[in-house]
Amino acid sequence: MSLIEISNVTKQYNGGDEVVEALRGVDIAIEAGEFITIMGQSGSGKSTLLSILGGMNHPTSGEVAMAGVELYRLPGEKLADFRAQNLGFVFQSFHLIPYLTAIENVLLPLAIVKMKGADKNAAAKRALERVGLGNKADRLPNQLSGGEQERVAIARAIVNNPKILLADEPTGNLDSRTSDEVMALFRELNDAGQTVVMVTHNPENCRYSDRSINLRDGLVVGQN
Amino acid sequence: MKLHTIAINNLKRRKAKMAFLTIGLSVGIATIVTLVTLTRSMSGDIERKMDEFGANILITPLSNGLAMNYGGISLGGVTFDQREIRESDLARIKTIANHKNISAISPKVLGGVKVGSHDVLLVGVDFASELKMKQWWQIFGAAPKADNELLLGSDSAKVLNVGTGDRIRIKGEEFRVAGILGQTGSQDDALVFAALPKAQKLLGKEGKITLAEVAALCSGCPIGDMVTQIAEKIPDAKVSAIQQVVEGRLKALDQFKRFSYAMAAVVVFIGSLIVFVTMMGSVNERTTEIGVFRAIGFRKSHIMRIILFEAALVSLLAGFLGYGAGMGGAKLALPFMAEGKNTLLAWDGSVAIGAVVLAVALGLVASLYPALHAAKMDPTEALRAL
Repeated sequence: MSLIEISNVTKQYNGGDEVVEALRGVDIAIEAGEFITIMGQSGSGKSTLLSILGGMNHPTSGEVAMAGVELYRLPGEKLADFRAQNLGFVFQSFHLIPYLTAIENVLLPLAIVKMKGADKNAAAKRALERVGLGNKADRLPNQLSGGEQERVAIARAIVNNPKILLADEPTGNLDSRTSDEVMALFRELNDAGQTVVMVTHNPENCRYSDRSINLRDGLVVGQN
Repeated sequence: MKLHTIAINNLKRRKAKMAFLTIGLSVGIATIVTLVTLTRSMSGDIERKMDEFGANILITPLSNGLAMNYGGISLGGVTFDQREIRESDLARIKTIANHKNISAISPKVLGGVKVGSHDVLLVGVDFASELKMKQWWQIFGAAPKADNELLLGSDSAKVLNVGTGDRIRIKGEEFRVAGILGQTGSQDDALVFAALPKAQKLLGKEGKITLAEVAALCSGCPIGDMVTQIAEKIPDAKVSAIQQVVEGRLKALDQFKRFSYAMAAVVVFIGSLIVFVTMMGSVNERTTEIGVFRAIGFRKSHIMRIILFEAALVSLLAGFLGYGAGMGGAKLALPFMAEGKNTLLAWDGSVAIGAVVLAVALGLVASLYPALHAAKMDPTEALRAL
């Protein structure tokens, strides 16, 4: 059984009189330890797919199973608990909390976890060191460069040892050199066993992944 | 890192907005504290004034005989040596429903006696309650302490030509003049006061009294009800109220109280609106942030706890500041509001606790909808990027 199984997932949005079909029957299986990039043009449905994978967007039909759990059959806040325990998110615009320092941002997912304060701090420090920012733990986001902010966002996503790391255009706001550094970091994490699912429109990023899934008009049109 | 760390850090970052919220709420709480404290202080002032006015209920024997005056107040139709009330009946006054509002009961026995060649009106009083009731009395010398001591009105002292320490004889018994009253402009100037038991004995009215004055204190005293209650307990007596002046002031105070409560209600409403608008604005500004929280697994209840904790913290601060400012305002306003210069500011722990509790309750209630709104945010829409 695959770590992630997406079966015949559709997603429709009601835009007034018009119904927009963002996904039109997507089937994908992702194994544990894989590094997947989801490619596609704007409007291809890749971000919708990622939000469905992230347990934040109920599909119109179809099934999404992760680690043997039917995600959208989970009642109420159990879905939030699933995200907290199994998923890590890296957002395109980093979305760091501006009034929290780097280490406090990394600590965020642990704020709702029952753990000793010292253990939380140790985990956050480890995560920051893993992304090469151990020495900038007390900086506020506006005191960090774009690449560093992205690294803090990655550290925040991995601090709770998630089964799956989801990334939405993580290099979208970075220059090419910093993009390479960030992609190398994702590769490094994947090499250490982390499953990574990344949405990107940059074909350059595909060389870091094990497999690339191409979406067009809400359908999988190819994998390589 | 705990949820409250997020709330505290957010408050630190949004200092200006939170200061505005704190000030807005503080002003509301301060206004309420000032109004409540002023009302209470003025009530206290009136209670003290009622003390100074002396008695406000008179108990005289039922009579249809001759008229008798006491300070311009009709005491009913009795003569000095006719019907009296039994002193023991007075104990029943303390059993009325509003007995807690009774500050003092001053029984009196009246009778004409001869001192030398002069006829004088001897008044037997219980000096302890009499002095409590007539705080305006100025005594030269001392108040009588022993049975054979007298207190003379200023005119009596002049007519009898005696001073403090002198001795006079009444019905064969010798008395020492312990003190002389300063001019009062009332009937007291022409009286000779003796201890009640002694006067009763001299006048041959042991166990009897001619009248009793009752001082009932408190801003909301139901004087009319008390008169009825006393009349029921002592059916042989005529019970009447002297309350016009005080009641007038009480009515004015009552109006002020109602005005204060109306003002407080308006202020509470405005305060709630300030909190609501500010918190709603703050939540809308933090849409992305809340989306991140939800995306990384925060439950709706976690989001609500963050927002409500922030509101509680700001409201708590506003409660303390508002109480301090309100008491300051009351202290400044009191001299203009109260008639007497000696009106005391009513410091009351319950007002302090009430102010803080009200502030926190107000903050929480007004933030409830913004917190719910934040918790219900769709993380996908909040983040937009996803």
